[in-house]
Amino acid sequence: MTQHLTDIALLTLLVATALGVVRSGNPFAMVMLYAIYSFLSAGLFISLDAVDVAFTEAAVGAGIATLLMLGTLALVGPQPVARHRPRRLPLVVVLLTGGALIYGTLDMPPLGEAGAPVHEHVAPRYLEQSAEEVGIPNTVTAVLASYRSFDTLGEVTVIFTAGVGVLLLLGGRGGEDAP
Amino acid sequence: MTHHVVLHIISKLVIPPILLFALYVQFHGEYGPGGGFQAGVIFASGIILYALIHGVEAARRVTPPLVLRPLMALGLLLYIGVGIATQLAGGNFLDYDVFAPHHPSHGQHLGIFLVELGVGITVTTVMIRLFFVFAAREPARRREE
Repeated sequence: MTQHLTDIALLTLLVATALGVVRSGNPFAMVMLYAIYSFLSAGLFISLDAVDVAFTEAAVGAGIATLLMLGTLALVGPQPVARHRPRRLPLVVVLLTGGALIYGTLDMPPLGEAGAPVHEHVAPRYLEQSAEEVGIPNTVTAVLASYRSFDTLGEVTVIFTAGVGVLLLLGGRGGEDAP
Repeated sequence: MTHHVVLHIISKLVIPPILLFALYVQFHGEYGPGGGFQAGVIFASGIILYALIHGVEAARRVTPPLVLRPLMALGLLLYIGVGIATQLAGGNFLDYDVFAPHHPSHGQHLGIFLVELGVGITVTTVMIRLFFVFAAREPARRREE
């Protein structure tokens, strides 16, 4: 019961924050609302017992991403967001997409059902065998750094490549590396 | 932002625990939530906070670009190096068991430790350099004047 109340409260605040981002005309307020949105998502992940994901969301979504967006705002200066009259086509597209997504969730197994496909593939093996095969208590780390080590290598490569790309674009002559 | 006494004092109180917490998340990731990625982001936030309050120049003296540049690639190379080391030891790529044939879980511990360290180093340096490169650009208003 408490779980449901927490989830409903968090989801309501999530929708309210999203509406706030759309309605606000001030870029600074938008960035702050995005940070709040990230924190609320992190709360939802904790409510789903996904502490590792919640940790990442709080550190990356609310922390670094907000800082970088604030840095961008400091560069471009305060520019009010241009207001357009509400148009019909985008609204229809959004409503149709949202409706299709909600229709799609109707076929999904209920949250936490033991027989759901996601719990029947390799997850039981990881949960049952990782203590013996890898020998560390945190199964998430065991999966990320040992079973799926190759995926994580790919992720680090992506971060490295993305970092190099941004540095090449922004940090050219006279930039950060100038002597 | 260089003359705020309260911010200066508070930042000096807060930044060391942030960096310490990042190291805790890095090296305790096998037991609790977290790992190299989260630790890297937290460590970078500590440095960025320092840069915001004490100025980018001061932060750049703490983490000089000359040090950050090689570290960025070193983290990734450490990760790949662990994979190649396992191959040289006769196993599959990134199969840590071969580090300690008689105690596979010891090998797993070592492998995960090194791999997470590589992730942490690359993520930290990429985030710090991204912030520096943003901070080094002149604001649009100033350029127009």
